[in-house]
Amino acid sequence: MAVFQGLSEKLQAITDRMRGKSRITESDLKEMMREIRLALLEADVHYQVVKDLTKEISEKSAGTEVMQSITPGQQIVKIVHDSLTEILGGSESKLAVSPKGFTVYMLYGLQGAGKTTTAAKLANYLKDQGKKPILTSVDVHRPAAADQLNILAKSIDVPCYINKEEKRAEVIAKEAMDRGRYLLADTLIVDTAGRMTIDEEMMTELKAIASAVKPDEKLLIVDAMIGQEAVNIALEFDREIGLDGFIMTKLDGDARGGAALSIRRITGKPIKLVGMGEKIDQLEVFHPERMASRILGMGDVLTLVEKASRQIDEEKAQKTLERLQKNRFTLQDMLEQLEQVRDMGSIQDMVSMLPGAGGKLKDAEVDEKEFDRLAAIIRSMTIRERENHKILNASRRRRIAAGSGTSIQDVNKLIRQYEQTQKIMKQFSGFGKKGGKRGLFSQFGL
Amino acid sequence: MSLFDKFRSGLSKTRQAVTEGFNRVAASFGVFDEDFLDELEMILIQADSGVQVATKLTDSIRERVRKEGKVDREYVLGTLKDDMLAILETKPFRPDFEHLNVVFILGVNGTGKTTTAGKLAASFQRQGIKTMLAAADTFRAAAIEQLQAWGERAGVPVISNTLRSDPASVVFDAMQSAKARGVKLLIIDTAGRLHNKPNLMSEMEKMHRVAAREGETVGAVIHNFLVLDATTGQNAVIQARAFNEVTTLDGLIITKLDGNAKGGIALAVVEDMDIPLVFAGLGEGIDDLAPFDAELFVDSLLPEA
Ligand SMILES: Nc1nc2c(ncn2[C@@H]2O[C@H](COP(=O)(O)OP(=O)(O)OP(=O)(O)O)[C@@H](O)[C@H]2O)c(=O)[nH]1
Ligand SMILES: Nc1nc2c(ncn2[C@@H]2O[C@H](COP(=O)(O)OP(=O)(O)OP(=O)(O)O)[C@@H](O)[C@H]2O)c(=O)[nH]1
Ligand SMILES: [Mg+2]
Ligand SMILES: [Mg+2]
Repeated sequence: MAVFQGLSEKLQAITDRMRGKSRITESDLKEMMREIRLALLEADVHYQVVKDLTKEISEKSAGTEVMQSITPGQQIVKIVHDSLTEILGGSESKLAVSPKGFTVYMLYGLQGAGKTTTAAKLANYLKDQGKKPILTSVDVHRPAAADQLNILAKSIDVPCYINKEEKRAEVIAKEAMDRGRYLLADTLIVDTAGRMTIDEEMMTELKAIASAVKPDEKLLIVDAMIGQEAVNIALEFDREIGLDGFIMTKLDGDARGGAALSIRRITGKPIKLVGMGEKIDQLEVFHPERMASRILGMGDVLTLVEKASRQIDEEKAQKTLERLQKNRFTLQDMLEQLEQVRDMGSIQDMVSMLPGAGGKLKDAEVDEKEFDRLAAIIRSMTIRERENHKILNASRRRRIAAGSGTSIQDVNKLIRQYEQTQKIMKQFSGFGKKGGKRGLFSQFGL
Repeated sequence: MSLFDKFRSGLSKTRQAVTEGFNRVAASFGVFDEDFLDELEMILIQADSGVQVATKLTDSIRERVRKEGKVDREYVLGTLKDDMLAILETKPFRPDFEHLNVVFILGVNGTGKTTTAGKLAASFQRQGIKTMLAAADTFRAAAIEQLQAWGERAGVPVISNTLRSDPASVVFDAMQSAKARGVKLLIIDTAGRLHNKPNLMSEMEKMHRVAAREGETVGAVIHNFLVLDATTGQNAVIQARAFNEVTTLDGLIITKLDGNAKGGIALAVVEDMDIPLVFAGLGEGIDDLAPFDAELFVDSLLPEA
């Protein structure tokens, strides 16, 4: 299962090859560093950052403790993971609030990064916290840019100031300030046009907007799919107009998002929030340790589990978790999940967070419409059958098909899907197994 | 600005960085040793070409230098250029306009699909090809208005429905209308969709089915173009694979080549998928689209000889 072959497995493979040797040699370590370097580069971490990091990690790993451990691969993964988490985390990442009572956030970034969507999400997020936000679009360049923000603002019932007659962005920004104060709003969110940092005219415009509204937070919106150029872009924006933090978008995709690491490290500015979908409520706080796992190709397993537990009741989530850890996932568990997912609505969002799961999911055909049918099939099974699918012989399958009003093929398909799911679950819990009794979740402090 | 200049200026920063790196390396080593090749590999990686392509290119240089014993700068650059050109595959979009041609503009969110659809429509309309646009992004706020604005600029009719309507039904309406009006080029702007969302991928499948079915009677030819943002990193390869799995891609369009981005990802994607590069997006204006020119692209990625 290549898609799940994260760094940990690769490193373990290297150490497995060395079995019998009493200790890891210099060249073994070198080979491991090569894998780490490759994993980071594949995740779009900037090459200079990769260079520095592998050096640091190599130094940390050279310590005897790692080398003498029976699972040096796992130990090194832990060192890498911890280093990444440390870089990604660190300083306070709350959004600043003006002591004067009127706070201004300015969003900027490259074309298509997700600024307008994020502006609306942010307004929604603040509104949920009892704030009184107002939005404004100062994008006088892209067709229908202001309409876009206006429609989004209406959908969340937040005021939005636009002025389509005005072509000077800074003038609109100033007017929006006045409107915001007049409406007794406490936060103004300024959505700007997309721009490249090499476009001098556009950078001048951005400076003019900034000096018109004096933002409390200047936030760079970064697409999670961005490549090596992320670092230069962040540095340029920071140099030209200043930068207080980042919001990373489109993390619901399967990009590893290595840029998060690079920009955090090179600019020293925090990642404040993340965009997890196109919908207006899909804005979340940033979790450094999850991002670290994601960059290393370990999947966003924790987000997945948290998301599930937020909607599924705690107790059941705990049970599932325990079962995952014990490597047991029965048809009964699957039924419970199906039932819960039925109201949760978006299993797709959840499963798609796993690296490479897009294709897998398609193979498994976890189609929401099919849920009821799948659930019906499991309900037609006896408890014993649910606990051990291996006893499902042909005559049992025939009975189940008849009982659930489906066909034998449907039943076979469900069992295949179950086996696939089980395999995926095994991958979760299998990680870290060789490192002793600690499962994936405990490894990450869960 | 000529097309060449556009490509050049778009990638000028890259060229500068690459040239600097190259000079530094060449000066410090003088000869081609492993350190030099490592450095060269890094330069390519920094342009988003991906480790695989970078390694392949440097391996090839290593091999040739070993065989032919030549180590001068011009030779190495020439080799690199040849190898890059061997990877890149381009194909001009010159369909038979006797029939109706349907172009699906596909891609993940924010890559430049709507803008590209607008520019494409303008370009073909100007060449006297009867062109039509269809607003099949019924999800994103003001996506329809955005395309309508482009339709106005391009002087091309836009078929649309309301927000949240079924995109496949927009395709259906557009096909009917295109057939009735004798349109030769129908460009369908679709919603941004992440390839790991099965529901969005099957929505795309459905649009295709409708277009194929409705186009059959008039022998319509369907073209699927994937729009990739030049700023994208290694995920672009996965995007191309995933889209190609659901619908056979006929070509790639790389946008935002006028910007910070180096667009080296084009090398990685074509190397992986063998799908030809068709157009390049070089700005936000109506004329900022050009047939993809591999020679110019490679030239602007490499240091001056
Ligand atoms: N899947 C996903 N899509 C997102 C997310 N954030 C934004 N998008 C989508 O990305 C595309 C671009 O978003 P916009 O908000 O228009 O981007 P922008 O930066 O304002 O674009 P310009 O103003 O044209 O520069 C749209 O299709 C959005 O729906 C996210 O977190 N996840
Ligand atoms: N500099 C530059 N900007 C571009 C280019 N192509 C598109 N853009 C800009 O990129 C942003 C996104 O473009 P859209 O055409 O809205 O992208 P899209 O793929 O339709 O976006 P969604 O429909 O939201 O997924 C806009 O600000 C465009 O003006 C290009 O070639 N160069
Ligand atoms: Mg915008
Ligand atoms: Mg669009």
